[in-house]
Amino acid sequence: MREVAMVGAGMIKFGRYPEKGVHELAAQAALLALQDADMTMKDVELLASGNLYQSSAMIGQRIMKEIGQTGIPVINVANACATGSTAYREAYMAVASGAYDTALAVGSEQMGKMGLLGGGGGGGGGGISPEGIVGSGLMPAVFGQAGVEHMRNYGTTEEQFAKIAVKNHKHSMHNPYSQYQVEMSLEDVMNARTIAWPNTLYMCCPTGDGAAAAVLTTMEKAKQLTTEPIKVATSTLTSDPYTERDLTMPDVNTLTKNASKLAYEDAGVGAEDLDLVELHDCFATAEMLHYENLGLCGEGEAGKLIDDKETYVGGRIPVNASGGLLSKGHPLGATGVANICEVYWHLKGQAGGRQVEGAKVGLAHVIGLGSACTIHILQK
Amino acid sequence: MAEAETQGKQVKPILPFLHISDNPDEKPYLAGSKCKSCGATYLGARMACAKCYSTEPMEDVKLSDKGELHVFSIVHQSAPGIPTPYVAAIVDLPEGVSVRCNIEGVEPDPKNLKFGMPVEMYTEIVHTDRDGNDIMAFKFRPAK
Repeated sequence: MREVAMVGAGMIKFGRYPEKGVHELAAQAALLALQDADMTMKDVELLASGNLYQSSAMIGQRIMKEIGQTGIPVINVANACATGSTAYREAYMAVASGAYDTALAVGSEQMGKMGLLGGGGGGGGGGISPEGIVGSGLMPAVFGQAGVEHMRNYGTTEEQFAKIAVKNHKHSMHNPYSQYQVEMSLEDVMNARTIAWPNTLYMCCPTGDGAAAAVLTTMEKAKQLTTEPIKVATSTLTSDPYTERDLTMPDVNTLTKNASKLAYEDAGVGAEDLDLVELHDCFATAEMLHYENLGLCGEGEAGKLIDDKETYVGGRIPVNASGGLLSKGHPLGATGVANICEVYWHLKGQAGGRQVEGAKVGLAHVIGLGSACTIHILQK
Repeated sequence: MAEAETQGKQVKPILPFLHISDNPDEKPYLAGSKCKSCGATYLGARMACAKCYSTEPMEDVKLSDKGELHVFSIVHQSAPGIPTPYVAAIVDLPEGVSVRCNIEGVEPDPKNLKFGMPVEMYTEIVHTDRDGNDIMAFKFRPAK
């Protein structure tokens, strides 16, 4: 496998764009990334497009109809919330394998105000949904239960989960790409209405629209383009292995632990080498679990990590300097590419008011329930 | 269809692994399948074992109607038409199977729910479908 470098990042502010088509949002992000790389569609040899809710609508090709129909191969990817990062991985694999020199990954989604997400599981009788009658398969309950399991195992408190939301909302104040930029106190978060205990409204990510894009090329070419190339040290993807309750209660931990072990081995770095992490905080409870899953602290120590403010920008290991999904938003197909763009900007020293000073190694983690986990580690 | 019309309305399970006997004296139960190779037990029927990949036909098992509360969430906002708040839980059965379910019979408040508390299954009719069939669901409540 060849060394791969990221040479361009582009993203539009996440929010609501009812007047635009999702391919337009995606094309806008693609142009920004190409511009950042000082390239045009003429330089791109493969396009990987991630979009979940319009996965049958050939979004990748529609992007090219907006910005350049060069006839190159296009892959349209769907992988739940890991859709964008899986598209990024397709672009990475295309370059790493030696088949193509330069590839473009675009993630996009238009969700509007679509409300609560989740499969809920198929009903057995006359099309009657079991949702709310036989438990819940919707995301708020699933990630509520995942957090409650952490409470059961380690005595984690509602307040500790809420502190994570306080941190991410505070971080968002410095991110112009964030859907929401509203600072909140612990009381604001804890007194908000409960969506699915222990997560209140401000501990759940919003729905929205957005797009992000990245240009990948060989390290050799990257060195011709820039004096400070950003290496993609690993692009790791796992699915959920058999664990005791996974078929009933999605196990978001084991596949992330597996992915982080593989990713650290592949990249030749450890959790202690990371300068920043963008992880999948679809709910505040999720971020707590992933502190441990990614090895940022020991088992059962995640509550203390947030109590000690270690994951704030300025702390030992800043997590979600972007504001995370909780503030920045979570347009499903865009999220996985946007997380990587955020890490890229920090390594390039282009993250403005939220910059993690001197960042050299960063990790972007995404989990799509069902389940898929990606980890990308970028290195200066 | 012809059979259903002649027999009138039927009682149908909300999920396929809720077994309803033709004999009205037999209590409905959750049906499982057990891998003959590794012993992993599943809700409902399966094509092969997710744990050890054995494709040997599995053993049908009748799962216990008593279990322990593993974890829960209190759902306050759900899809339109679903009454809230309610307790959305994961219950562990002694056969090594976990079940997603509602916990009824307690006010939906975290203070009323204890990890590991014993719970028991019961069934009730929750809907009538377009063809007039009753839809039966299983629920759990604190064990007496």
